[in-house]
Amino acid sequence: MKNNREIFNIVVVGHVDHGKSTVIGRLLYDTKSLTEGAIERVKRISKEKGKPFEYAYLLDAFEEEQKQGITIDTTQLQFHTAKRDYVIIDAPGHKEFLKNMISGAANAEAALLIIDAQEGIQEQSKRHGYILSLLGIQKVYVLVNKMDLIQYSEEKFNAIKLEMNEFLNNLHVYPLKYIPVSAFFGENLTFCSEKMAWYKGEPLLTAIDLFEKDKGLQEKPLRFPIQDVYKFDNRRIIAGRIETGSLRVGDEITISPTNKVTKIKTIEYWAERDRTERVQAPMAVGITVADEFFNQRGEVIAHSDNIPLIADVFRANIFWMGKNALIKNKEYKLKLVTQAVECEIQSINKVIDATTLGAIDDAKAVKTNDVAEVTIRTKKKICFDEFKNNQITGRFVIVDGYDVSGGGIISGLVMSARSASTFSKQAMQMVISCFDEYYYILSEGIVKRSKGKPHTFCIGDVIPSVGVTYEYPPDFDVVDIQTKLIAQIRKSKLYDIVTFAAYQYSGIPLLDSNGLVLRVDNDADFSQFIGELASFEEVGLAEFPNKWFDFAKFRQIRYLKTSKSLNIEYHI
Amino acid sequence: MDHLDRLEAQSIYILREAYKKFGRLGMLWSIGKDSTVMLWLAKKAFFGHCPFPFIHVDTAYKIPEMIAYRDKMAKEYNIELIVHKNEDALQAGMGPEQGRLICCKALKTDGLQQVVANHEFEGLILGIRRDEEGSRSKERVFSERNKDSEWNYTNQPPELWDQFKTDFPKGNHIRVHPILHWNEIDIWSYIGREKIPLIDLYYAKDGKRYRSLGCAPCTGKIESTAATVEEIIEELKNTKISERAGRAQDQEDSYAMQKLRKDGYM
Repeated sequence: MKNNREIFNIVVVGHVDHGKSTVIGRLLYDTKSLTEGAIERVKRISKEKGKPFEYAYLLDAFEEEQKQGITIDTTQLQFHTAKRDYVIIDAPGHKEFLKNMISGAANAEAALLIIDAQEGIQEQSKRHGYILSLLGIQKVYVLVNKMDLIQYSEEKFNAIKLEMNEFLNNLHVYPLKYIPVSAFFGENLTFCSEKMAWYKGEPLLTAIDLFEKDKGLQEKPLRFPIQDVYKFDNRRIIAGRIETGSLRVGDEITISPTNKVTKIKTIEYWAERDRTERVQAPMAVGITVADEFFNQRGEVIAHSDNIPLIADVFRANIFWMGKNALIKNKEYKLKLVTQAVECEIQSINKVIDATTLGAIDDAKAVKTNDVAEVTIRTKKKICFDEFKNNQITGRFVIVDGYDVSGGGIISGLVMSARSASTFSKQAMQMVISCFDEYYYILSEGIVKRSKGKPHTFCIGDVIPSVGVTYEYPPDFDVVDIQTKLIAQIRKSKLYDIVTFAAYQYSGIPLLDSNGLVLRVDNDADFSQFIGELASFEEVGLAEFPNKWFDFAKFRQIRYLKTSKSLNIEYHI
Repeated sequence: MDHLDRLEAQSIYILREAYKKFGRLGMLWSIGKDSTVMLWLAKKAFFGHCPFPFIHVDTAYKIPEMIAYRDKMAKEYNIELIVHKNEDALQAGMGPEQGRLICCKALKTDGLQQVVANHEFEGLILGIRRDEEGSRSKERVFSERNKDSEWNYTNQPPELWDQFKTDFPKGNHIRVHPILHWNEIDIWSYIGREKIPLIDLYYAKDGKRYRSLGCAPCTGKIESTAATVEEIIEELKNTKISERAGRAQDQEDSYAMQKLRKDGYM
């Protein structure tokens, strides 16, 4: 039976007229995946239009598409090989239909990027490459199509391959194969082309079976966003889809962002065959919990030892599809799994020309079809992960008015006074990271920085002068070069906060707000530091931090096997 | 999880999104295999409950067994059923002899539009699938219709990462398509696995069976000896005939379904 067969989603992208619909149409035709009705219909329409059999019409079903010979909206068609079942997603190549291309590509696990051998790499070839990288689609074959128009030339094929590889590698997209084809003549689609004997690889049909399916959504940490809470009968059922991970009856869970802790009491079911003690991604399930908290849509359930990030400011890479440009200081709606929250763009850090990868200078807005790096502030705190750690909880859409107008992936947190620890004396506030811990993660081969729970220290409060990876003396001063404030710690308590101008160097150790020790031994050193700081801020002298900061005096880096138990917020 | 588990999970997620987002929600139930699978999925999604009404747009030309089966099952499943006929059109003598597409428009499209208007529905759940025909292959999961039920198919909004369209002007409604990603064999495999009760018109008798159900004058039987779910699946694996080949209205024009659906047909 087909029940246990694997299903695999592939999107076909590329510049307009490079032959996306034709490749798919021909592939479906040659593998006899079409019904007589579908073929008859295309024969009839092709004849009415006085054309030879038009493979693209098999996908371009709308009259408008067939009249103009373009794909307007994305289509999904199914076919199968001996190995598995496929959903082939056809995507439009016109810039004005980029939103439809994205709607199609967002469902794909792998992509075929089609390039016309004669026209070569065009604007949408590059833009689509960029979109694939933003969507996190890493399995890519590049098809160089219409090889018949360049006399099946290996040389020209290699030139396109070199140029496209250079572009895509900058985006961290590394195509697994380049395949020369002629879709119209069926060369290298279902059989090895004799006209291109120089090509030693597989034809397309064999090659797609070589895409490996990602396994492991259920291996990731549990993320179970609450979709709804039902009270149809005496049960109070928390319903939703397990996006990643798995859970079992009896598991201890934390419900974020409020971080209430409870246990899974039951997994509910209606049909007897669905009775189970363990559920996993991507099942749509219902549970009851031991403690009857008030729960609502948008909260995220995780195992207590690995909860998502919770913040209201973060950095993201976005693509914009809206009719109106994305601007600062305007209210939008952000949707991330089942969370929906008002947000605004705090800063537009960089708008990128997707075809050259260059930054557009001084961009004040993100226009239709642009990609950009932005900082977003949400009205309420939300739960998420960085995209590189969890694609599903690391991506979001932005709604402008009635329509989804943009999509984005979260690249990291932004430190702000609201999500970080601070020293505080009325209006004087310094953001501090000097109580962070540093670990060398053996399994990953990198140093990571772990932040404690954000806390505000006021005058008189005891501070954690000894951590796992640092040990400060009881008396020291903390210099914040951002705000030009200095906090004074005496007997491990916050004693006072003063401005640079009011500060008198007294010979006790000086740290910066990250916990780096300043190489200052006397008044003259301190004055020189302040002097060089000004020019450092102006011209960014590279030697400044190396000259003045000492990491190791009160700190060491400890080793950890994995970062699993850490609340990691930064990689360094 | 196997292939059917994944299809089921995605459909349940969609049904729950619709229920959460739309205060006035209804599900179209045509008595056919697809919408009966949807009814089953709704039972699963809501743990044995059906928290919205089911709607049958009765053209008065349906195959008679369908109506008897409809009333029997509505009782057994304990669902709230809204049956609607476009009485004005029927009294004025509407029927397939007036032209198949004209008849479909009046009795199905307009009938449906009347139900939406009478009940002020914001969301309508429909059991269409991408593999049925071309214009359905281009559909979104949450697909907006304006106040006249028209579909602006050349300018559909983006839909990605299961973030569906839930913001729209008052008066418009959203067509929700929870089984858009299933194919005909998936439907039958699921009916077999879950042992879902189904009207017996689909099972062959005297060498014929219905592959798709509709109105009696416009729906033909196919030659078949497939009398069980397993036999139907085997038959479908080996056929090259389209599922809707027996539906006469589809064959009226190259773009018949696109034109019907633009005006609000299912």
